[in-house]
Amino acid sequence: MSILAKKKTAESESDLAEILRAGGSFVIEGGGTRRIGVTEGESLSTQGVSGVTLYEPGTLTLVAQAGTSVAEIDTLLASERQRLAFEAPDLRGLLGREGVSTLGGVVATNASGPRRVAMGACRDFCLGVRFIDGRGEVVKNGGRVMKNVTGLDLVKLMAGSHGTLGVMTEVSLKVQPLPETVVTLVVPGCEAADAIAILSQMLGQPYDLTGASWQNSEVLLRLEGFETSLRYRVERLKALLRHDVVEHWGNETCDPIWHGIRDVTAFHDRPGDVWSVSVKPSAAVELVDKVMPDDVMFDWGGNRIWLLTETGTDVRAKMTTGHATLIRASEETKQNLGVFHPQPAALARISAGLRQTFDPEGKFNRGMR
Amino acid sequence: MDMPAPKPEILSRKSELATRLRAVLAKDALIEAPEELKAYECDALTAYRCPPLLAVLPETTEEVSKVMAICHEMGVPVVPRGAGTSLAGGALPSEDAVILGVARLRDVVEINTSDRYIRVQTGMTNLAVTAAVEDEGFFYAPDPSSQLACAIAGNIAMNSGGAHCLKYGVTTNNLLGVTMVMADGEVVEIGGAEMDAGGLDILGLICGSEGQLGVVTEATLRILPKPEGARPVLFGFDSNEVAGACVADIIRSGLIPVAIEFMDRPIIRATEEFAGAGYPDCEALLIVEVEGSAQEINDQLARIIEIATRHNPVAIRESQSAEESTRIWLGRKSAFGAMGQRGDYICLDGTIPVGELPAVLKRISELGAEHGHMVGNVFHAGDGNMHPLILYNANEPGQLESAERLGAEILKLCVDAGGCLTGEHGVGVEKRELMTHQFRPADLEAQMAVKDVFDPKWILNPAKVFPLDVSASRRAEA
Repeated sequence: MSILAKKKTAESESDLAEILRAGGSFVIEGGGTRRIGVTEGESLSTQGVSGVTLYEPGTLTLVAQAGTSVAEIDTLLASERQRLAFEAPDLRGLLGREGVSTLGGVVATNASGPRRVAMGACRDFCLGVRFIDGRGEVVKNGGRVMKNVTGLDLVKLMAGSHGTLGVMTEVSLKVQPLPETVVTLVVPGCEAADAIAILSQMLGQPYDLTGASWQNSEVLLRLEGFETSLRYRVERLKALLRHDVVEHWGNETCDPIWHGIRDVTAFHDRPGDVWSVSVKPSAAVELVDKVMPDDVMFDWGGNRIWLLTETGTDVRAKMTTGHATLIRASEETKQNLGVFHPQPAALARISAGLRQTFDPEGKFNRGMR
Repeated sequence: MDMPAPKPEILSRKSELATRLRAVLAKDALIEAPEELKAYECDALTAYRCPPLLAVLPETTEEVSKVMAICHEMGVPVVPRGAGTSLAGGALPSEDAVILGVARLRDVVEINTSDRYIRVQTGMTNLAVTAAVEDEGFFYAPDPSSQLACAIAGNIAMNSGGAHCLKYGVTTNNLLGVTMVMADGEVVEIGGAEMDAGGLDILGLICGSEGQLGVVTEATLRILPKPEGARPVLFGFDSNEVAGACVADIIRSGLIPVAIEFMDRPIIRATEEFAGAGYPDCEALLIVEVEGSAQEINDQLARIIEIATRHNPVAIRESQSAEESTRIWLGRKSAFGAMGQRGDYICLDGTIPVGELPAVLKRISELGAEHGHMVGNVFHAGDGNMHPLILYNANEPGQLESAERLGAEILKLCVDAGGCLTGEHGVGVEKRELMTHQFRPADLEAQMAVKDVFDPKWILNPAKVFPLDVSASRRAEA
């Protein structure tokens, strides 16, 4: 059931706090480009709370307000030959959305792309956060330094909480220098089982792969760094692969490949539900065999499986380990199957306790729980 | 440093508590003799000591669960303890507390090199985890200086880092799942072998929670393929400012050294006398280490030397052999021992933005002179994690207090420079009262409210992390 009746946009943190104190039930969003839960409440956008507050290229640190567009951040970072390492997926094509992706949305969903396999997820690059809780109180946690164990880590808790604990207003991030160049190795003609075997073998080598994926019967491996170093590592990997391998060098050819993996382009404009499943790689093939999807992609060396399934397929019913998120489906299917994987009772109780603590009146994203 | 007065109603039930604990534990797992309890009266912050009421050394998660259930029911505080290497007093007991040590939980549960993880009981030492997988070409990345002794339980509780976290991250970036015993004895599984735990990031919350939220008995850790090789280069500079600027340039260059370590003059002199590593006599010294194949190492070191040369170093020493590498690291690794030879010391670990290094080092030296203490600095420069060592004489009345006052000033300086009180050691009792300098009341309230969810009776490591007056009402109600 969608009750997106009105839309409010706050222009500042104090605006947001005031709106929240007044009460109501809200769907918290940035540009609304990656909302996957059931929408229940009045839309409250942080897009007006925007702007980069601090950028120090020499210390690899960026602080920006939650409504700042990812595009603005990307442009600013590129001007100093830097980037966000975690490669947040742009889900507009997959979800059929318009709008502007914001930093707050990226962090709230812990949106992480192919590079996660080596570098970590969005949450691993979040250094600090400011948010407003359900009482309208501003809370600050973490900071802007790389190492910080001062007090409980609410930064991690906020990252990936899908706006259910508070409204983020500012995030500090660790950024990364751009590598000199990039190379992609394509291993054609691989079935799922071959793919997992190759990915696991390659990720067990000390060559720092920053992409390890499989789609359309092709294993895709990415290396980034200095060219001399990559030449060496490519030779080593090829010697181990014992398959025919196609090499693509440079951003011009590599970026479209990895943006395709990142944004799940292969599933765009195709009917069916889309699932993101988190399993250990050795459990991936069995799951695919059981689900029999219309299409499938592996990312993160097989730790993440993207599935395109017939409408209404309950992927979770076929799983014995891991967890699955229903990324794209009709509201009816979302209501029937649930967007997020059900948790064991003890964890569910802790999660409910945390939500009750930060949002006692249930103002935030009721449909994202 | 104050600790709350022990609760008489707990002290008076000691024998009842001992009887109940004895009933659920193996024969020698309950420690009650005063001379044996002395072993648990402090951790590596030895300035503060207090024997616990009792200590227990369970051998299974089930036993931990039973101990917690009993203590919860009787309202007895529990102080979890790994190997007792905390520098912040994280495992300091109180007279009315039970020490729950995980030292006997030392098994490897599972090794899976194709999915790249290991599952261990948390009493295992950090180095033993790497030892368990290195024959297969893997290692566990976080490497705190105490890695020979420190337990995974403590690493998780403090979110430990180490010299190599510049490239590999700290514990939270390498932790996939845990088995945790809650305050009331309930056992929960959080995360698993997958990259994502799903739901709220409770795992991220647990990591670094200093024993406030539960007792972690098993952990699934990410393991990584061992690099082909590693080699350091050493640079000497005639000022801290120039060394600091060199660090910033290396960080910005796109190179990812695995470590950038910084030592200032007092440390260089002390380590030379102590270990004779052959360091140049200069104001500041950097050790930069890179990894890869022989050729990759050569290339990276050449780039780093090129960057450093722009800053006119007074010495450049590129290691050409394993033996030379060992010598370069020798001084760094013996720095703490060397300072220990010169007297007692307090080791701080405030973190600052890397760009603030020169200004903060200068101010630390001024503060040291004002307070009449020598301060040496040896630290992970790549991520701004400082380790000022304040020398004092424990036998001279007032010296500890004076060193602590200086320590507090230095940590406030770190916060004011845009940093934080602790980068990897934790708050414990040591920095507890300084928390209000970094956090506003609402920030601390949010953190304490999280503890309420996990530990409503505040029996887990109470009187730590939060300033005593700030947590007083919660502890009193418990």
